[in-house]
Amino acid sequence: MFKHILKRLSLLIPTIFGVVTLVFFMIALAPGDPARVMLGERANAEQIEQLRAELGLDKPLIQQYGLYLSRIVRLDLGKSITSGQKIASEIKERFPATIELAIWAMLFATVLGVLLGVTSAIRRNTWVDYTTMGGALVGVSMPVFWLGLVLIMIFSVWLDLLPTGGRMNIRYFFEPITNFYVIDGIIMWFKEGTPKFLVSALRHLILPTIALGTIPLAIIARTTRSSMLEVLQQDYIKTARSAGIKERRVIYRYALRNALLPVITVIGLQFGLLLSGAILTETVFSWPGIGKWIYVAIGARDYPAVQGGIIFISIFFVLINLVVDILYSVVNPKIRLQ
Amino acid sequence: MNQHEKETLLSIEDLNFSFTTQRGIVRAVRDLSINIKKGETLTLVGESGCGKSVTAHAINQLNPMPPGHVDSGKIVFNGTDLLTLKKSEIEALRGTQISMIFQEPMTALNPVFTVGSQIADVFLTHQDMTKQEAMEKAVELFRLVKIPAPERRVHSYPHQLSGGMRQRAMIAMALASPNPGLMIADEPTTALDVTIQAQILDLLQDLKQHIEMSILLITHDMGVVAEMADRVVVMYAGRKVEEADADSIFHNPHHPYTLGLLNSLPSNKKYKGARRLEAIDGTVPDLLTIGEGCPFANRCVYQTGECSRSFPKETIISESHSVWCHNYQAVKTENRQ
Amino acid sequence: MQNNQTSQEIIKDPTPLQETWYNLKKNKGAMVGMTIILIFIFMAIFAPLISPFDPLAQIIEDRKTPMFTNGHVFGTDDLGRDMLSRLIYGARISMAIGVISVGISLVFGILIGVTSAYFGGIYDKIVMRIIDIMLAFPYILLTIVIVSVLGPSLMNAMVAIGISQIPRYARVVRASVLAEKEADYVLAERALGAGNFELMFLTILPNCLSPTIVQATLGVGEAILSSAGLSFLGLGAQPPTPEWGLMIASSKEFITNAWWIVTLPGIAILLAVLGFNLFGDGLRDILDPKMRN
Repeated sequence: MFKHILKRLSLLIPTIFGVVTLVFFMIALAPGDPARVMLGERANAEQIEQLRAELGLDKPLIQQYGLYLSRIVRLDLGKSITSGQKIASEIKERFPATIELAIWAMLFATVLGVLLGVTSAIRRNTWVDYTTMGGALVGVSMPVFWLGLVLIMIFSVWLDLLPTGGRMNIRYFFEPITNFYVIDGIIMWFKEGTPKFLVSALRHLILPTIALGTIPLAIIARTTRSSMLEVLQQDYIKTARSAGIKERRVIYRYALRNALLPVITVIGLQFGLLLSGAILTETVFSWPGIGKWIYVAIGARDYPAVQGGIIFISIFFVLINLVVDILYSVVNPKIRLQ
Repeated sequence: MNQHEKETLLSIEDLNFSFTTQRGIVRAVRDLSINIKKGETLTLVGESGCGKSVTAHAINQLNPMPPGHVDSGKIVFNGTDLLTLKKSEIEALRGTQISMIFQEPMTALNPVFTVGSQIADVFLTHQDMTKQEAMEKAVELFRLVKIPAPERRVHSYPHQLSGGMRQRAMIAMALASPNPGLMIADEPTTALDVTIQAQILDLLQDLKQHIEMSILLITHDMGVVAEMADRVVVMYAGRKVEEADADSIFHNPHHPYTLGLLNSLPSNKKYKGARRLEAIDGTVPDLLTIGEGCPFANRCVYQTGECSRSFPKETIISESHSVWCHNYQAVKTENRQ
Repeated sequence: MQNNQTSQEIIKDPTPLQETWYNLKKNKGAMVGMTIILIFIFMAIFAPLISPFDPLAQIIEDRKTPMFTNGHVFGTDDLGRDMLSRLIYGARISMAIGVISVGISLVFGILIGVTSAYFGGIYDKIVMRIIDIMLAFPYILLTIVIVSVLGPSLMNAMVAIGISQIPRYARVVRASVLAEKEADYVLAERALGAGNFELMFLTILPNCLSPTIVQATLGVGEAILSSAGLSFLGLGAQPPTPEWGLMIASSKEFITNAWWIVTLPGIAILLAVLGFNLFGDGLRDILDPKMRN
């Protein structure tokens, strides 16, 4: 197993290096001058020259690239043009919001997806199966941002049950501690004796979680179903049945353990994709995370910020896939015991 | 007569089993009757697709239903008709009185659990004991099926064991019961090397000496039949075509298909000089379009007009030997020479 | 023996295309998908003929007309433009997005996939490395990077979506070419003196099309979704283009009082993408035996 993990780790650096290089050259080789684009039509030549020097654009490409790499290694992503703040610290500030939402969405998608997938598989070709799989297909065919808007329309505007956006009731005096609002809410409950912060945090999470989690939910349900169907045909399931193991146990222990192996890979992949989907969801729900921040940066043509944000998410995506891969090898005895 | 009935452990009576497929209804088993006595080894012989596995799986109801369904017949085990039992009652019988071993030891053990825990789970399902006791029982069984270093081996995963070891572990799992009654062995040695095959067969023979159990052995290999069988049922395209004690099958076969099977044995001296039957050429008929005649007719050199019209009635050769063939006389005379 | 020969002469084997069609007809999902696709294609082609209004004409006094009022079956938007006409013209744009971006991915994906599988060696290694890196990128981000480089416009969005999907097609094509490359018919053609180009694109490629077609069908749906997302972020189509994603984006503030302006374009996207997904899933079940259950 360690060999396998080492092999994966050794691939990590080149992949991250490749991602950074790709982003750098795509932006650098683009037609047009970022400095001009950033400053807009009314800027004069002097201002443009000044910004070019500030961004290091007056140096040869290779030198720019070298400088960029050396900064990345020091985890320095440069400064945002609009706010003048360090990009790394802006990301750090917003990351907990994104991650908190992503984790809830993934939990929602995984628990419900596996449950629906298994149910569909054991009730194959019944109306339960058809409904679930039809629903899953509709789920992957929907634009996420539209689903978000429709949810807001129904649950916030029409039914007035849930907030339209944000992370916390703005009328509450609330100072984040960990920046994970659910955790903060629990801490505040102990400190101030009122669960209102926790309740508010959870209420704000419901709609974005559903919107962001729907696609992974659909994909996980479909993967679980097909994986489960394949496993249920295996000889060892027949063996377990022939030994008189109860049907529930055969399905939820003997079959599901095996069926989940490919699902784990999908879950990891979806978790990574979720972060990119967050750009749309966070925008819809005014969720103050990295996605919303990148959206604002795109609108303001803040190239260093867009570049930094995208590199950060990409690296995170690569890391998650690595973690999932290692997790997979731990769960699968065939790889673990190599 | 009464004494005979007492000895019978399992009797399948006029079983008809079919599968509904997209192309139509496949009649996998037709009018099949089989008796297994206590302590007896009965082998069910035939080519793949002849319905022998379907028959075996019909006993403990492991055929997928639907699309499979029992059209008629009875499966009486220890006096109860299994087909009238509820699902939970069948589950309670599986692994206690009716256990099973499969062809592919590679795929028949769950890859994500240790072999020991899989056996322990069978004990835990049917008996009241702690996990540790169950694990100790598993070690005991491993010792019984002669797996070396059993204390260590119970903690192995299937992929860490050789094919022969895995099959031994499978057998151990089938024995995880206080009083195993019937062991159904579905081609237990087909996937193994020849030397390992012999070891596994020896083990099964050996176990029978220690434990009072009946074995229903399913195979296409007449060599395995010779090694193991007390009695033999030859099946072809869902039908029983000949039934006899092992000795009669090998020395006095009456059905052309049985002859064909024997001729396909590479080292069978007795039939070396005999006329090579073309019977074994050709293919098994499509079970979808099969008619009421003898299913073997299209491959049979002794075929007459009657054969494609009706399936023959039972002809009793001796007390322990029956054949279902219109022209068994011809078969007999020709092979006497 | 004789029987066999005659029966083969009498019953002609169906061509692969006929067989696929026969299987497809039995697949209900695929047929529903195909019907949806055909309806959208029809709308796209005959948009000027079937639209009741000019999709860009603003009727100020008819702003936010509800559905089934004043001859506006699907109402009007915030500027008084007829929703139904805009949705019909939107089909034109979405079909174009699908065709153009999938076209780009297909052409380059096939070129890269076939050559890297065929030539192998260092070339293959380098190409696959680059593709792995591109796949390590969440592809929405890749399109965002590309568009922010090219500048926001519908055409650039299509190009970006096309480019970002090249790796997937290259992978699929490469895998199936690798499987076919050493087949006997290829060796025979080679022995007959066929050149590299002929072998790659005329001999091997036609035998590798099934998985590529499946991927392309599902890809159209994905392209429509991605383009809607880009337009929503302001990186795709620009006003007043009746692009569905943009229609949702530019009306999001009206969810409180004119629900149809937001809802209908989303349903249009959902239906179109669903059509391609249903059809693609059906095709995969038929063309890709490995995926069959």
